[in-house]
Amino acid sequence: MPKEITFRIKRSDNPQAASYWEEFKVPYFAKMNVVAALMEIQKNPVNAKGEETTPVAWDCNCLEEVCGACTMIINGTARQACSALVDNLEQPVRLAPLTKFPLIRDLVVDRRVMFANLRKVRAWIDIDGTHDMGPGPKISQKVQEAAYELSKCMTCGCCMEACPNVNSKSKFIGPAAIAQVDLVNSHPTGSLQKEARLEALMSEGGIADCGNAQNCVKACPKNIPLTRSIAKLNRETSTYAVKRWLGR
Amino acid sequence: MANSFLWRKLHSLSGIFPIGIFLVEHMFINSLAVKGETAFNQGVALLHSIPYLGALEFLIIFAPILFHALYGIWVVYLTRNNVLAYSYFRNWLFYVQRLTALITLVFIGWHVLILRFSSGQISFSVVAQALSNPVVMALYLIGLIATFVHFANGLWSFLVSWGITIGEGAQRKAAYVSTLVFVLLTVVGVNALLAFK
Repeated sequence: MPKEITFRIKRSDNPQAASYWEEFKVPYFAKMNVVAALMEIQKNPVNAKGEETTPVAWDCNCLEEVCGACTMIINGTARQACSALVDNLEQPVRLAPLTKFPLIRDLVVDRRVMFANLRKVRAWIDIDGTHDMGPGPKISQKVQEAAYELSKCMTCGCCMEACPNVNSKSKFIGPAAIAQVDLVNSHPTGSLQKEARLEALMSEGGIADCGNAQNCVKACPKNIPLTRSIAKLNRETSTYAVKRWLGR
Repeated sequence: MANSFLWRKLHSLSGIFPIGIFLVEHMFINSLAVKGETAFNQGVALLHSIPYLGALEFLIIFAPILFHALYGIWVVYLTRNNVLAYSYFRNWLFYVQRLTALITLVFIGWHVLILRFSSGQISFSVVAQALSNPVVMALYLIGLIATFVHFANGLWSFLVSWGITIGEGAQRKAAYVSTLVFVLLTVVGVNALLAFK
């Protein structure tokens, strides 16, 4: 390993400003990750030319790949900076902000739309009140295991970034919110609002906007079977639509 | 239900029924050319003798193709392809689906223009005359292959979009079937094309 690692970082001073690439040399230490390198730049904001510059802004929180906050494009693909070990990265390491979300500054984007989409599809389980309603319904081991996989979603945005149908021209809510419908619909209490969620998925920008490029399932750092959830809900929304039409 | 759900589903369905069914039928009838000029001309005469021909042509062929094409242009427009950053097999097919959509659209428009509307009564000799131009022949080969790729991959996509193939294994098997459909259509379609000599 060289003593210094070169980072090429795509920067923007504010959402309106033109972006530019800036190079940094960061002292190498064993097992360092991209977040650690960004912290080094923060400590000593001098670029590769030796010029004093502003520290690179980025977002991070959990540092163990469960919150999704540090998602950025590392060497061309969306992933988390905390779990991106420099030892495993091609150099110079290229860092850029996610392109499918509004940019705030440097590597920081506003992922609010992902949470808005979860609200759109009612990705929660309604309860009637705070009083004791007794033990909940039993859930089979099989359903629990499938639900566990889906519950690993950290709304990081990798699936949105990789999806060709999520972009500024389309209203597609993207794969993450669809898989969360699968999760809450698989819960016996959650399934009481199943139809409302299916209707939400059938509205503008919903599940039908999926074009089956299947990048999402490859891009997901938590290996969530996103394409399975999408196909399953394709079946449920299709049959629901036909039944509703014939039943009215 | 916002209309986009309905339109997307109908777009997917229309590619198979009636357009895909018509495509298969078309290649089958074309294959009469392999049996010779008389067989082909008799087949054409039989097709032209069926009752309500104009209405059937409009309802089963023109209207669905026009809808599929116009809505399809919108679908192509809504995509921002990223095959270079995410060069997975499925993503490439997703891109190829849009590419072949445009090729097929231009090809079918041209094909209908020269063989359906400006050649009068179609016959073996009319087709053979058109295909004797090597440029026309080459463009037909490209157009046919693009159409078959689009249909075969569209069949795979239809099975997912309507929720028929859900699991990874089922989708893989469906991919083998669509490959087979592509190969069969290509063999039959190209064989018929080359018979017009």
